[in-house]
Amino acid sequence: MSLEILKCTVNGQAVEVAFDPRESLADTLRYRLGLTSVKKGCEVGECGACTVLVDGEAIDSCIYLTLWAQGKHILTVEGLKNDNGELSEIQRAFIEEAAVQCGFCTPGLIMSAVEIVGSGKQYTREELRRLISGHLCRCTGYQNILNAVERAVRSAEHPGAGD
Amino acid sequence: MYDIASIYQAVSLADAIAALEADPAAILIAGGTDVLIKIREGKLAGCSLVSIHDLPELQGISLEEDGHLVIRPLSTFRQVEESPVIAQTVPFLGEAAGQAGGPQLRAAGTIGGNVCNGITSADTASTLVALDALLEVAGPAGERTVPISQWYKGVGKVDLAHGEVLTAIRIPPDRYRGWSGHYIKYAQRSAMDIATLGVACLVKLSPDKSTVEDVRLAFGVAAPVPTRAVETEKALAGLPLGEALGRIGSLARDEMNPRDSWRASRAFRLELIEELSARALARAAEKGGAAL
Repeated sequence: MSLEILKCTVNGQAVEVAFDPRESLADTLRYRLGLTSVKKGCEVGECGACTVLVDGEAIDSCIYLTLWAQGKHILTVEGLKNDNGELSEIQRAFIEEAAVQCGFCTPGLIMSAVEIVGSGKQYTREELRRLISGHLCRCTGYQNILNAVERAVRSAEHPGAGD
Repeated sequence: MYDIASIYQAVSLADAIAALEADPAAILIAGGTDVLIKIREGKLAGCSLVSIHDLPELQGISLEEDGHLVIRPLSTFRQVEESPVIAQTVPFLGEAAGQAGGPQLRAAGTIGGNVCNGITSADTASTLVALDALLEVAGPAGERTVPISQWYKGVGKVDLAHGEVLTAIRIPPDRYRGWSGHYIKYAQRSAMDIATLGVACLVKLSPDKSTVEDVRLAFGVAAPVPTRAVETEKALAGLPLGEALGRIGSLARDEMNPRDSWRASRAFRLELIEELSARALARAAEKGGAAL
């Protein structure tokens, strides 16, 4: 199939990239833009490993066609680091709470956490469970992930309190 | 990379209809959460797609001056769940939309797709059937309206000819004003799962909240398509609420005819129909102001 041009914003940068219209957004982000935080797990929208934000909403990029991303704002984990290269508050919360084991689900979960924290709302643990329910983790048993998301939400409300 | 022969992104509804007409084998894709998975599984491998993703004229949820609720088909589950208009008119539909898949899927999957895929387990379908929604369709021959009671033609089959596109889900005011409702999804997991059984119950209580003036009861996965228990509804109309709660389960169990599948046996589904019908009516009545 002949290539088309995707014009959008990825991690704050204007991007123009050729893509095959058969590609998923996960394909394009990984293989054309080298954003390997976007993991390909189930490829049918069940595991959440490929989660990115499109215009601020977490979606499974494996079941989102690149063609649909024209003009949109896309955020992946690569876009989270500070100007000086340090990890974001949310990434640090995952480390502090030992929420990372094999790491395959981590980028997707972090992107959902970015949306959750960015909402500016406070959530109960039950609400957080529901908000991350589109992710599968086969290592941690989820408790430390929930602790990390909870910590990130709290420290967004009270900067410094999570440290 | 998906195994797709061609894909055309329509720029308007008329453009989408023309593109479908031009290719008798083309398949319409909206949110993609069903179609792309079928392509990945090989069931639709090599297909041609016409995409209506993001078409502005097929988006939005609004309340018309005369009280008609109009849900455009590209509204995502998430938009339905979070819509203030839905919360004010048919909050139980928003709750049902909030039970589909998980958050990322709800941000992509659409209510129109949920109705057009003709799947009995579709989480919003049983509530829309209970609401007796009207489905507006546009095609090469013009526009028509199909009551949802005549929409489902069999597993995965709906009254939508090639070239036609669902353009609105319309709920007239008499179908929701004065009614309260509740949807229960029974599944093995509380997220990312398909309903073993779904039940939507709507109730209209007497002003003193003691009597069931009217009731609507619809099931997913109790038949090949989302199905209303019309006889049960008739038998319950006019009964005191307590008596209705006592009878709804056995009436619905006698009326429905679920099947065995790898997900659950017929016997288990019959138990679910009996138990969950009463629970759904109880919650619907509570939401309508009854003290139970």
